[in-house]
Parts: sequence; structure tokens; C-alpha cells
Amino acid sequence: MYGFSLWLVGLTVVVQAAAIAYAFWAGRTGARAYFGLMLLLTAAIVGVFTAQDLLLFYVFWEAMLLPLYVLIGVWGGAGRLGATIKFVIYTMAGSLLMLAAVIVLGLSQGTFDLTASWQSSSDWLFLGFVAAFAVKAPLFPLHGWLPDAYRESPPEVSAVLSGIVSKAAIYGFIRIAITKFPEPTKDFRTVILVLAAVGLVYGSLLAFRAPDIRGVIAYSSLAQLGLITFGVFAVNDLGLNGAVLQMVNHGLITGSLFLLAGGIERRATTGEFARLGGFARGRPILATVLMTTGIIGLAVPGSSAFAGEFAILAGVFSRGWGYSVVGAVAIVLAAMYMLRLISAVLHERVGPAVAPEALDLRPGELGAIVPLLACLLALSVWPAAITERSFAGDRAASAVTNQFRVAAGRPRLDYILVGRSVGSEQQHACLKKYRQALKAGRYGEASSLAETC
Amino acid sequence: MIPRPHVDWFALAPELVLLGAMAFALMGAVLLPRENRRDFGALAAALGFAGAFVYAIVVYVHTPDVHSVIADSVRRDRFGALAQVIVCGAGLLTVGVSYAERMRDEHIAEYYAVLAAAGGGMCFLVTANNLMTLFLGLEWFSISLYILCAIDRELEGSLEAGLKYLIIGGFGSAVLLFGSALVYGATGELAFNRISAAIGDQHLSGDALLVAGLAMIIVGLGFKASAAPFHMWTPDVYEGAPTPVTGFMAAATKTAALVLTLRVLREAFPQEAHLWTIALAAIACASLLIGNLAALVQRSVKRMLAYSSISHAGFMLIPIAANNAIGARALLYYLIPYSAMSVGAFAVVAARERELAAPVTLDNLAGMGWERPLLGVAMGTFMFGFAGLPPTGGFVGKFYAFSAAYRHGWTWLVIVGVVATAVSLYYYLAVVRAMYMRPAAELQLSPTPVAGGAPPRDALLQTSVLLALGATVASFVAVEPLIHVAKHAASALPF
Repeated sequence: MYGFSLWLVGLTVVVQAAAIAYAFWAGRTGARAYFGLMLLLTAAIVGVFTAQDLLLFYVFWEAMLLPLYVLIGVWGGAGRLGATIKFVIYTMAGSLLMLAAVIVLGLSQGTFDLTASWQSSSDWLFLGFVAAFAVKAPLFPLHGWLPDAYRESPPEVSAVLSGIVSKAAIYGFIRIAITKFPEPTKDFRTVILVLAAVGLVYGSLLAFRAPDIRGVIAYSSLAQLGLITFGVFAVNDLGLNGAVLQMVNHGLITGSLFLLAGGIERRATTGEFARLGGFARGRPILATVLMTTGIIGLAVPGSSAFAGEFAILAGVFSRGWGYSVVGAVAIVLAAMYMLRLISAVLHERVGPAVAPEALDLRPGELGAIVPLLACLLALSVWPAAITERSFAGDRAASAVTNQFRVAAGRPRLDYILVGRSVGSEQQHACLKKYRQALKAGRYGEASSLAETC
Repeated sequence: MIPRPHVDWFALAPELVLLGAMAFALMGAVLLPRENRRDFGALAAALGFAGAFVYAIVVYVHTPDVHSVIADSVRRDRFGALAQVIVCGAGLLTVGVSYAERMRDEHIAEYYAVLAAAGGGMCFLVTANNLMTLFLGLEWFSISLYILCAIDRELEGSLEAGLKYLIIGGFGSAVLLFGSALVYGATGELAFNRISAAIGDQHLSGDALLVAGLAMIIVGLGFKASAAPFHMWTPDVYEGAPTPVTGFMAAATKTAALVLTLRVLREAFPQEAHLWTIALAAIACASLLIGNLAALVQRSVKRMLAYSSISHAGFMLIPIAANNAIGARALLYYLIPYSAMSVGAFAVVAARERELAAPVTLDNLAGMGWERPLLGVAMGTFMFGFAGLPPTGGFVGKFYAFSAAYRHGWTWLVIVGVVATAVSLYYYLAVVRAMYMRPAAELQLSPTPVAGGAPPRDALLQTSVLLALGATVASFVAVEPLIHVAKHAASALPF
């Protein structure tokens, strides 16, 4: 367990709680099966974020697919059968490549333990893992399943799918691809960064052209995950810290946006912009909530999303200024599609599908969405809560490249509970010196200490 | 006077119990009034399989070392005992499934008697230690299965299935026998270990007669395991036979044939490993290819499951072809969830068949998941298990099988297996899709309740399905003890 996986576990629990609350409010049929599957899904995702063993990671990774398949296939919209087939085939093609890589890697290393210090320099194994993660995230050009799955799922499942499940892929990039394959990461960094850049711009443009609410959110997810991949594959402190913050932000933002989309579709029976409009009139709470979420989503300065995106762009700047330019352009595009969504739903003429008697947000819906929004506002006030507490040893890049082994010196849960540190006394003392040197600004000494620890 | 060998009755206990059950059921068929025959036969067979199951476990526990008994014609070891446990477990579940089957009661006691006999033959086969006992065991259970396939005369296609199986199975047996004769001719030995010794002593490795014999033995066993390209009887026979029998064939026959394949190849022909590993890998690839591609286009669920069993023969030949200790372990482990899933899946098909009084297709499964919650959840789990998704033992089995191939240095075989798994997902999920995601009303299906009300005697079938479901999931959860058991069993083979 590392700081950043704890944040993701927290995100999972919060978004899942909101999704389940929304589903309860919306009154899904077959409630026992539905909530059972939702809980199974939660367990699987938390398992992915906490597994310390490659095989266990894979088992949980596959276990995510099963409930998602049934949730979309049974409770989804009219086009659900096609959407599930696409989703499953894309995902399984990726994750079976990962299975082959897991087998080969584990048997050739002699262990499946992720905390052990092995590393591999095989390009093929690296690509096996990256294929699985890139499909699940998704990265351009493997996003073919995304629009259908996000449109046909029940809104709360879309929220989980884009809010949390995609983060499992990014988690895999950090925890396995970069940590265990340092050399292939260097070799393929440019390819992945370019794909992320393409996905960022392409997703933003498609989001701007999408004809319905869910289309906008779906393609914006593609763009945002491109941005987060930027941060991850920059492999430096700013990039990684920003990526973790942005993962949590994006989870909360798309989570609430999909739940809001669900609420709007319930009232108007459609999510198409052509038939929506004028929702703000007489529905102040809905307008306020959607506006706030949207504004945070377009990364207005002062929001947590701004902090995350800024850190990512600053981080990726060191890998080439071009990436930062693409990222900055995409942020402008984000403002365009998000404002388009807000005005098409809330303002403009009252659409034909919007009945005047359609209600404002009900307490049940607010109960699901407001906590997510509150988390976002709290993070906007204090983004350092995440950026400074995601990686042990104070330095993200060294934590990742040293395979999180510095984490042993930091007080962990077992230390707090039973009063002993997992790392040796020496290591502990060394790290203490390292932190002191870092605080005092003696960076030369600090980096040499980081080497020795 | 011919000297009589010492007989280790204990080693034969599982077979003897099953033969006893057969005798009892047959006596019942003659002596009891017609209305009691069904219950009596089922009880006799169930007790037989349960007794054999327990005895096989006892043999497993009390046989830490390998030894040959009865003039070296039978091998008493944990490898055979574990296979017997799997066969008897499948048989026990099959009795429960059969009891619910709507079958005329004039031959019903014979049905159970022959089922017990088939189980006994398989238990005997997996302990065979020379080419004679091998052939004896093989014919023993094959002849029982020919009868079982054709026993339900009212079932359309049942007789055809039995005849087809008889002819093609007879051909397979003949090839096997001819191969055995060639091997005997080349080495002058029948016992597996002496064949291996003779090959070593007389420098027979690569001898034309021996290689031809070996190839024919592999072909003969390939027929029984329904591996491609010796699979052509499988879809028709599986479709035509009474569904519980199909489940038994898919689970137990495959177990017996594959376990024996590993034993005979490893014990009798270790010097020829460079030949048979390649041959088995090729057969595995062919089975994966043909089984998966053909299953994609099936509408009938029984035919689909038949092709799926062909592709699973391919999956389970991978660890045999790997020819290492982890492969033997993988095969024995994989057979546990595979047998449970096979019997269970065919049991669900049997239940649906009885409800609709029509062959089950993907279309008329629609809505079943909601109408019959237990059967639906179980079928869904079996399908996920066949596809190798956690949390089922199918995942661990595939993982181990691929690991064995990698250990052998065949990464390409791992890739083939992985691709085949991806393809198989499409047709397995089609069943889940049909059961849960399509409303029954869409097809205007109405279950036809024959003679009014719920189908009779469903409780035993549901119990069997529940047990199969339990075994499928438990083999994932309790993977460590099971692997341990498989490891001990596999150590009986000379690796």
C-alpha cells in the first residue's frame, strides 16, 4: 500500500457509494442482483488498487470485468448487447495479452511478488501489460468500445466505469509498467506520449462535436486520460503527483457529471442537445450543481483540476515543450466543450423534451452528488493534500523508480498500530536525515542520501 | 496349473464397489416391481459412486508410494486415485441429474447399472499398468457408454448417436489395439515400465515399428478424449445422447482418457518424448482451432458445449504436451473444475430441455436466468469458468496449463492458448447474454409444463448443480490444498 493507492481506494469507495446511492434512489429492478454486483465490483476494484502480487492483481483485474459485463448487459440501454460485446472483446484481448505476460514474467522471475525488487527489460512483456492498460484506460487508438459502453450503461455504472475503472489502468501503468520495466518505459515513452497527445486533442474535438451529454463526458474522459498519461509517462515528481491528483479529480468530476446526466435523462427522456435546453429556468439547484461541476471540470484556475493539470503540464514540459503546448491547447478545448454542454442543457431555448413540470434535483439525487462535489471543493482548497502525500520518501519519481522500496521507512499503518517500522532502524535513520536535508535545501546531500537509503 | 497372482483387493476397491452397485441395480431391474425400479436403480448407483469416491480417497491417503499390484497389471498410486475421485464425483452428480430426466421406466434400472459400470471401467482404466489392462478398461467403459447413448429409445437421435459412437469408437479402439500390438511386437513387453526399459536396453528409440505403434496409441486415445482431428463423432453424439449422459461423457471420459494418455506416454515412452510432445502440441492446437471456431456458429447449446469440450481437450493436452511435473499437476488440477463445470452445464441444459420439451438453443434460453435463479447463476458461473475468468477454478487451471507450456519453453503455445481463450469468450458469453439480457417475452416462449405444475424430481438436479457450482468456485478459493493434492498425485509419475 502506498499513498497513491490509498487515494485511489478512497476515490473508489466514495464514487461507488455515490453510485450505489443513486441506483437506490433510481430504483433499479432486480435490486438484489444489482447491488450484489455493484459490491462485487467495488471489491474487485479495491483489490486491484491494493494487490501486492502480480497474480492477485490479474485476478482482481479480470474480476472487474464480470460484474461490469452483467451490469451493462442487463440494466443498460437499448443498444446494450452490442456495447457489451465490444467492451468485453476489447478488454479481454488486452487482458489476455497481460495474462501471457504475467505467466512469462512470473515464471522467469521466479516470483509474482510485486514488492520484491525484480525488474525486467523485455519489450514484449512491457507491451503485453501496456496493451491491457491502454484498452481499459482507454488510450487512443484503443477507445473503440468507449462511446457505446458509456452511452448504454446505466448512468451510475458509466460513472464507475469512467471514474474508477479507467484509473485502475493508470494505476497499472504506474505500479507495473513503469516500476517494473524501467528500460522499456524509456524506449516507448515517446510513442506513448504521442498517442496520449493525439488522444487528448482528438477526444477534446469529438467531445466538442458530440450530440449528447454522455457523448461529451465520454470523449472528455478519453481526453483527460490522455492528459493523465502525460503526467505518468513524464516520470518526474511534478508529473506523477499531478497525475495522481488529476486521477482523483477526474473520478469525482465524471462521477458527478454522469449522475447528473442520468438525472437529466430521467426528466427529459433523452440526452440529445437538440431536444434539451433551458433547464436552468425554475431549477436553481440543478443549474448550480451542474455549473459548479462543469466549471471545475474545465479546470478554471483555483479548482483542483487546474492544480492537477498545471502540475502535469509542468511535469511533461521536461520531456519536450511540444507536449505542454498540446496540453494547453486541449485545456482551451476543454473549456469549449464543457461550456457547450452547460449552455446546451441549462440555457438557450427550452427544448422540446423539457417539460415545464420537470422537477429540480430531488434530495435523493443531491445526497449522491453533493458529497462528490464537496470532495472536489475540498481538494480545490487544498490540492497539496494529494500531491504531497501520494508517494513515500517525499519524491514521486524516486519512489516510483526505486519500486516504492523507500516506503518501508515511512510510518505505515502497521507502524501506527503496533509501534514498529517495517524498514530497518538504519534505513529509518537514513531517511530521517534525507528528509532533514531536503527541508534545509541541501539538495546535493539529499540526492546522495536518497541513493544510499 | 496357472499360478494365480496375489490380488490387492484394496487397490481395486473403487471398481469393485461400482461393479457391486451395477449388480444390485440389475437385480432390481429383474426382481422389483416396475414403479420401484427408478428409485432403486438411482439409489444403487448413487451409493456405488459415493462408495467408490470414498474408497478412492482412502486409497489416495494410504498410498504414499507407487507400486504395481496383481502381477504388475494395475498400478496403485495417488495419480490414479485422484483421477478416480474425479470420475466418481462426476458420476455421483450425474446420478442426481439423471434422476430428474423424463425417461420411460422399463429400462431405467439398467440405465443406472450401465452408468455404474461405465464409472467402474474408467476407474480401472486410470490405474492400468500394461497395454492389456489399458485396452480392457477402455473397452469396458466404451461399451457401457455405447449403450448409455442409445438407451432412451424415445429420444430423437439417441439411437443414431449410439450407433455413430459405436462405429467410430470401435474404430478408435481398433487403432489403439493395433498400435499396442505394434509396440508389443517392437519391444516384446506389455507393462509400461518394461516397455520403457526395453526401449532403453535394446536401443529401440526411433524404431519404425515402435513409432508407428506409439502414433496409433495416441490416435486411439485422441478418439476417446475427442481431440481434433479425431473429434468428428463428438457433436452428433453429444447432441443425440440423453443430456445427463452427455455431461458424464464430457467430464468423466475426458478425465479418464487424458489421465491415461499422460500415464502411458510418460511411463512407457519417455525416450520418445521428442516425438510425442510435438504431436500432442499439434493435436492441442488443432483442437483449440476447430473447437473454438465451430463453437462460434452453433445455435444448439448442446452442440456448442460439445465443441467447447473439444477445445477443452486442446487446453488440457497443453500440459500433457509440456511433459513436465508442473504439467501433470496442471492437468490433474484442471480436471477438477472442468468436470464439475461440464456435468453442471449439461445438467442445466437438461433442466431447460425438460421444461420446454424441446432441444435447447441459444434463443430459447432467453430469460432463463430470471425464471430459474439458481440454475441461471450456476450456468453463468460455468460459462465464466469455461472461459477461464476468476473467480472459478477454470482460471487457475488455464493459468497452470499455460505455465507448464512456458516451462517447457513453448511460449508460442501460451500465445495460442491465450488467443483461443479470447475467442472462446464470445460463445460462452452468448449463453449468459441469452439467459439474462434478453427478455423471454421477446421470443414469445412459454415453458410447456407437461402434466401440469413444476417438473417433478427437480430437487436432486438442483442439488447436483449446486454441488457442481460449489466445486467450481471452491477450486478457485481452495487452490492451495488442491494444488498440493495434485502435486502429490503427479509425483507418482517419473518426472
